[in-house]
Amino acid sequence: MLTISPSDYNAIRAHGEETYPHECCGVLLGHAEDGVNRVVAIERAGNTRTDRAHDRYNIAPEELIRIQRQARERDLDIVGFYHSHPDHPAQWSQTDFAEAHWIGCSYVITSIPKGTATVTNSFLLTGTTEEDKKFIDQQVQIETSK
Amino acid sequence: MKIHIPTPLRQYTGKQATVTVPGNTIADALAALTAAHPDLKKHLYTDEGKLRSFVNVYFNDDDIRYLPEKDATPVKDSDSLSIIPSIAGGATAAPVEEVTLSNEEIARYSRHLIMPEVGMEGQKKLKAARVLCIGAGGLGSPLALYLAAAGVGTIGIVDADVVDSSNLQRQIIHNTHDIGRSKLDSAEQKLTALNPFIKILKFETMLSSANALDIFKDFDMVVDGTDNFPTRYLVNDACVLTGIPNVYGSIFRFEGQASVFATKEGPCYRCLYPEPPPPGLVPSCAEGGVLGILPGLVGVIQATEAIKLILGNGEPLIGRLLLIDALSMQFRQLNLRKNLDCPACGTHPTITKPIDYQQFCGIPSTSEKPSAVKNGIPQMQPEELKRRIDAGEKPFVLDVREPYEYQIANIGGHLIPLGTLPQRINELDTAQEIVIHCRTGGRSQQAAELLDKAGFKKVHNLAGGITAWSEKVDPSVPKY
Repeated sequence: MLTISPSDYNAIRAHGEETYPHECCGVLLGHAEDGVNRVVAIERAGNTRTDRAHDRYNIAPEELIRIQRQARERDLDIVGFYHSHPDHPAQWSQTDFAEAHWIGCSYVITSIPKGTATVTNSFLLTGTTEEDKKFIDQQVQIETSK
Repeated sequence: MKIHIPTPLRQYTGKQATVTVPGNTIADALAALTAAHPDLKKHLYTDEGKLRSFVNVYFNDDDIRYLPEKDATPVKDSDSLSIIPSIAGGATAAPVEEVTLSNEEIARYSRHLIMPEVGMEGQKKLKAARVLCIGAGGLGSPLALYLAAAGVGTIGIVDADVVDSSNLQRQIIHNTHDIGRSKLDSAEQKLTALNPFIKILKFETMLSSANALDIFKDFDMVVDGTDNFPTRYLVNDACVLTGIPNVYGSIFRFEGQASVFATKEGPCYRCLYPEPPPPGLVPSCAEGGVLGILPGLVGVIQATEAIKLILGNGEPLIGRLLLIDALSMQFRQLNLRKNLDCPACGTHPTITKPIDYQQFCGIPSTSEKPSAVKNGIPQMQPEELKRRIDAGEKPFVLDVREPYEYQIANIGGHLIPLGTLPQRINELDTAQEIVIHCRTGGRSQQAAELLDKAGFKKVHNLAGGITAWSEKVDPSVPKY
């Protein structure tokens, strides 16, 4: 399960509407405990795939290091990532799967048909190695208490 | 020193987010990490002991791949290493290449196939690869020959020049009897004779801001064999914009340079030199001369890098500028860093489309040919319109046919059917150059005369209309 506050949930969807027709991306910070990825804060990231931002995203490692450092100072961990699919369904693609390496993290995808956020889904990357990893559907619970 | 462990790998470090290890260098520290936590090894390294391609290791704020001493860099207790698996993806899937090799091809490439670093898999990657060579000149000659021999399946070449006797001192793809012939035709003949199993795509045009992205988008990488700054910057920017690597080489007198620019993580040419030099400051080979063998040396280095990128093997010249001095026969290298403030590939790029470098660098464009005139309206030939578009002049193209005709075939013109033109004349700018077309040139002539009477002074009629465009410029536009 992924838990997230209404404001963070709305913020990641608004981010996707803002960058439409390009993909947005960002990092979910919080705590992973007992199979639940609890989101406490979100961090926007720049999409460095300016060549084909309409259907690709990439977060610069330099930016991730910065986000990770700030998270450490707040005693938070990276529990997942989010990105948008402009004019595509909120389902992971083969590209998403091939490029997913953070086992145990949630990959949240929001569909943005014609610039308006519709479905938001979360997928948990499970497995133990690159060779046996797989995405499973993950329930998203929106809750106000943190 | 401290090593920061990303969330997914903490299960192998006893849930520790930060591990403190001894060591004098980065390599020592990483070895100490995997010694203390052996399960980490298969997650960080391939079976051959290389860092997995998606694993980034940062020393403080620098990618260790681009540090001058790489993992031999000395470390202090106060330094930290961060292990950062990449984060990427996207809405659509990458195309799957279905490539097979015939028995003749297997025989031809046998010396590759018996090398484990190439093998069947690598040879198929070479066959599936699409490499664009800018120029069939000094650098382009050796590199295209070797790429063709190696079995690179699709080789595109951009060149608008003809073979001159002064080229033959170094441009070894051309022969004496080719003098006066187009370089593209000459190169195609040699490459096809060398390897009939590959496809040669010819782009007989000057690379320009108007056509670069369109040409680049169908290739996996560009090998730059240009001899001038306007094109070098154009190639770099277009590679960054289309997201394909730029295998760079340049030569002058006895000196050469090579590098691989515009990869996802590495620097681009503008990280090194943000702006072109002022016109006239740097002499070209035509003015300064070049040792004939030097492009052979540098071009073959470029071909080697291109093949390594295709195979995904070895250490490409990413983040390294190789400096070659043929006179002293010394090779040096400069380590380059990706500049986060780079105008092309930085975090906030200011170059979002190719710039018209011909003007920027002060090279005059070719003079115009006079057009025939009919009833006071200049008649523009399709080739002339194509040349202007390619040169980045962006004339306003007005299509005066009916909407259903536009659906059958169009060249991207602004559609105002002739019958509605008097009411919609205010959509047009009298100060702008307007090229009008219809199907074969009749209606557009009427439209041009109408605009001429209304005070438009820069109106041209496209002679023969979209039909002539299809016949003379772009046969992919259907005739109807």
